[in-house]
Amino acid sequence: MTTNKQKGWKEIPKGGLILEAGNSEKYETGSWRSLRPVRDENKCTNCLICWVYCPDSSIIVKDGKIKKIDYDHCKGCGICAAECPVNAITMVDESEFRNEKTEKGGKK
Amino acid sequence: MSKNTVAITGNDAAAYAIKQINPDVMAAYPITPQTALVQKFSEYVADGLVKTEFVTVESEHSAMSACVGAAAAGGRVMTATAANGLALMFEIVYIAASSKLPIVMPVVNRALSGPINIHCDHSDSMAARDSGWLQLYSENAQEAYDNTIQAIRIAENMKVRLPVMVMYDGFITSHGIEMVDFLDDEVVHNFVGDYQPNNPLLDPEKPLTYGPLDLYDYYFEHKRQQAEDIKNSKPIILDVAKEFEKISGRPYGLFESYQLEDAETAIVVLSSTAGTTKEVVDEMRAKGKKVGLLKPRVFRPFPYQEIAKALSHLKAVAILDRSDSFGAFGGPLFTEIRSAMMEFGKIPENIDIIYGLGGRDINEQDIEGVYNQLDAIAKSGKVKERIQYLGVRE
Ligand code: SF4
Ligand code: SF4
Repeated sequence: MTTNKQKGWKEIPKGGLILEAGNSEKYETGSWRSLRPVRDENKCTNCLICWVYCPDSSIIVKDGKIKKIDYDHCKGCGICAAECPVNAITMVDESEFRNEKTEKGGKK
Repeated sequence: MSKNTVAITGNDAAAYAIKQINPDVMAAYPITPQTALVQKFSEYVADGLVKTEFVTVESEHSAMSACVGAAAAGGRVMTATAANGLALMFEIVYIAASSKLPIVMPVVNRALSGPINIHCDHSDSMAARDSGWLQLYSENAQEAYDNTIQAIRIAENMKVRLPVMVMYDGFITSHGIEMVDFLDDEVVHNFVGDYQPNNPLLDPEKPLTYGPLDLYDYYFEHKRQQAEDIKNSKPIILDVAKEFEKISGRPYGLFESYQLEDAETAIVVLSSTAGTTKEVVDEMRAKGKKVGLLKPRVFRPFPYQEIAKALSHLKAVAILDRSDSFGAFGGPLFTEIRSAMMEFGKIPENIDIIYGLGGRDINEQDIEGVYNQLDAIAKSGKVKERIQYLGVRE
């Protein structure tokens, strides 16, 4: 998708270079997802195994506990659901959430 | 004659230019007819005459990949290739240009397979004409030497920052021995100057990314930038030529005109065939025939306006293509020039002569025949056959 907010050819670095480090967060890969990991807080033991395995750093932890899943970047690979020892994570078809808005616009 | 005049092959002349440029990195794979260049340069490396890191690679795909890596890291980088070697590095040739890496590469023109052939035509570099590299064509060993040195300054100019190919004809120029005037080492060092890296990867203070994924949202903008940058290289090429003339006494432009100003008919041809054509022009001029020659030096960016203007006074012009563009309306040089004439000039009658494929010789009688045909076209105003093949058996 292209929008009017995106920069024109005179305004962007040449050669396709990205001139700043640590910028991958700005690329919201959440829009690629077709299955969404949904965590059952009642089942979850906060063992943090999903946090270790998530390839996209999308399991957000605060004070040693799972705070949330970052749906703006989670690609829906299902690794967390497969690794969870207590089956607290279920992969749900994104079509179920069609009308829901995420914080920053990941998959709607 | 100055003390720097030597009898030397085109390959050795180009290798000597690279020795004097003394790049940080050279990654190259030997391929006929470029082999002698790489061999000579590796001697300079072995003898400690250059500080260049010479990367021996297992293929041209790796050669250009190593060049891209070294140039992105922040080094002055060169390589050289020909024909199938250029074809094998093709993917990375595009990446070098789109990443804006000022790599300089002599391409010793040779026919692309198949059937396999090792002799001269321009099908290799013409296939790369849309890769985003600048292209300079050289008539002889002297021009191969001079263009290689100038290419460094053009490529590295901050307004250009694009890779440059320097072409010369396989075997005819690469292996033929000619008189070449070399500049002093010191003069070349001063002319090319110290390398100024632009966004080097090896700068820990400024971490950055080369070659990220670029989809429908920004790829087009980056291509638009490339179109602009290569267009803007034209005045830089001329500035560099002016400076080069000061140190060498040898003038260069976007193209060379030979007896063109008052000519009624002319031939347009690249590289070594232009040398043969000059002889024919001299002989025919001595007999009172008003014939001329235009030899393009810069093919990318194509000086369409300037060439169309320089040809506009002619009655008829033959454009000689040493490569075909199968299924197109003529070879690459013809289609460019005919299209430019439509836009910018009065249009002289024009024909395309495809010749010399796979090293098929073209001699003075052949060229005189082309001028005679142009004369008949100029008189009758009629072109019997627009696209012709010269020197092929029926
Ligand atoms: S589905 Fe994959 S990307 Fe998303 S949170 Fe689980 S492991 Fe991470
Ligand atoms: S792996 Fe399962 S139990 Fe462990 S923290 Fe993640 S969701 Fe909770």
